[in-house]
Amino acid sequence: MLAGPRGQAILADVSVRYLSCGDTAFTVEFGNEISPEINGRVMALHAAIGRATGAGGLPGVVETVPTMRSLMVSYDPLATSRARLEPEIDALIARGLPAGGASRHVSIPCCYDDPEFAPDLAEVAKRTKKTTEQVIAAHLASPFKVYVLGFMPGLAYVAGLDQALYLPRRSQPRVRLPRSSVAIAMDMTTIYPFESPGGWHLIGRTPLWMFDQRREQPVFLAPGDWLSFQRIDRKNFDRIARAVEAGTFDWATLVQDA
Amino acid sequence: MSAALKVTRPGLFDTLQDFGRIGFMALGMPTAGAMDRVGLRLANALCGNPAGMAGLEIGVMGPDLLVEADSVRIALVGPLSPALLEAPDAPPKPLEADRTHLLKRGQVLKVGMIEGASTAYLAVAGGFALPAFMGSLSTYARAGVGGFQGRKLAQGDCLPLAREQALPGDERKLGQPFDYGSGPIRIVWGPQDDHFSVRGRRTFTEAEYRVSKEADRMGIRFEGPTIEHAVSVDKGGADIISDGIGPGAIQVPGAGLPIVLLADRQTVGGYPKIATVASVDLPRLGRLLPGQTVRFAPVTVEEAERLRRDQEARIERTVAGFVAARPPGGIDLVRLYEENLIDGIVYERDHASR
Repeated sequence: MLAGPRGQAILADVSVRYLSCGDTAFTVEFGNEISPEINGRVMALHAAIGRATGAGGLPGVVETVPTMRSLMVSYDPLATSRARLEPEIDALIARGLPAGGASRHVSIPCCYDDPEFAPDLAEVAKRTKKTTEQVIAAHLASPFKVYVLGFMPGLAYVAGLDQALYLPRRSQPRVRLPRSSVAIAMDMTTIYPFESPGGWHLIGRTPLWMFDQRREQPVFLAPGDWLSFQRIDRKNFDRIARAVEAGTFDWATLVQDA
Repeated sequence: MSAALKVTRPGLFDTLQDFGRIGFMALGMPTAGAMDRVGLRLANALCGNPAGMAGLEIGVMGPDLLVEADSVRIALVGPLSPALLEAPDAPPKPLEADRTHLLKRGQVLKVGMIEGASTAYLAVAGGFALPAFMGSLSTYARAGVGGFQGRKLAQGDCLPLAREQALPGDERKLGQPFDYGSGPIRIVWGPQDDHFSVRGRRTFTEAEYRVSKEADRMGIRFEGPTIEHAVSVDKGGADIISDGIGPGAIQVPGAGLPIVLLADRQTVGGYPKIATVASVDLPRLGRLLPGQTVRFAPVTVEEAERLRRDQEARIERTVAGFVAARPPGGIDLVRLYEENLIDGIVYERDHASR
């Protein structure tokens, strides 16, 4: 890894694998493990391709899908070809990708106090040999980062949970859990954008909706976001929930550009 | 009164679809879109619409639609059996598919059953007057977005039309039916073909697979011989770190049976994908019915791209080969019966002037 302008790491010596996804996409795989370094490269290439297509480059590239360790590039086989694109992606990587790049810091209000919101909090505390307050404090202090969105629109896989709270998924997934439930499993946390089935441990609920089709940008979180939780009481929960429901909540107050 | 088509009886799974919601997979938003892009495109072309305008995707059995507009031109494309047009004061009249029809206020279009395929399309000239969501009208029912109220059509729905009445012009039809092909489904190995044993890959390309009952817009579960993973399933052979899922990805979970992922597929997933259906054959997948069987045959990425370009040229030739839907001599018997039951006589120049 070379040192770039302003001390940013430049990823020029990265070797990647190209995996075929038919004739409309391919996956650029940076490694076979989950690590912040590898994901940083994925996000850097995601951003670099976005900049290139935004400037009219890479004709035929349709969109890119970042995951923990790879980037899927989808393309229109009537406008370009795999043989034309692969060297162009190679060249982008060889030119050096600024690691990191612009990312937001997002603050999520979360109410841990109501047993209805946090049915698994006591069990998590018991299994991790902590008090419920210590579990909440560890969740609040965890440096979370959004790695991938998927499974359903707006569902974010957010890693960085304090290792002391590490638990496997529940052996019996719930068939239905409420929208906006805040849950943990393994080294991750998530917020359910819809009422849905789920196997993670519910420790709180946010009054925010992670997916709201009335918003210009219906999905709130994005890959690469840093994320932390702010504790709120039930009264504040209800106040924010009413504003969210009415569509009057000011979402910009939750976001800082890093 | 604004122009609309009113659902007087819903079909099984009718949704508005265009070419999909493009550009939001990174946010976990599936693309959705037409299961058979060729069918939608031909229906639009017959109507004079842009190729990717939203049309009604008919799933297995279509709705009954009451015309609440002075007139509307529609195109039906697909193996319908056939549709019927009912009017308050006339006997029901069969309507051919793969052509346009001019419908009048008060008539009821009974789309009916599709034969030998799961999917057909109804386009209306000028399109539906509905708002796009994230740049697309495609219905994604699991999140309740797009199309008409984010769901399949139901009794009483009124689909607003962009045009109050049809523009003058002749009806058009396909010169010949579009050939979707009939050999094995072409696939490209990967992205995780290396997660399967040599024997597993051979099983996949040599065996016949049958469409199970679990087949919908999200994907098709196949039944047939199980495909062996390279590493045993209890040692994680059927798990990968989740990655992106392209259209036609064929994932093979621990049970060893392939699942082809289609329009409403999730954006990322953690099962290894042995291969991906070449885009030329995705419309065929989108038309399969439970019980039908397929074989899979590998091609290279370059071959798949060439096959797709060839198919594109064939679609363009089909569109260029549309013919006027009236018999030689110029008299349109359908119109004759529709419009001249009182006079009983029609003059050639009446049609020429229309």
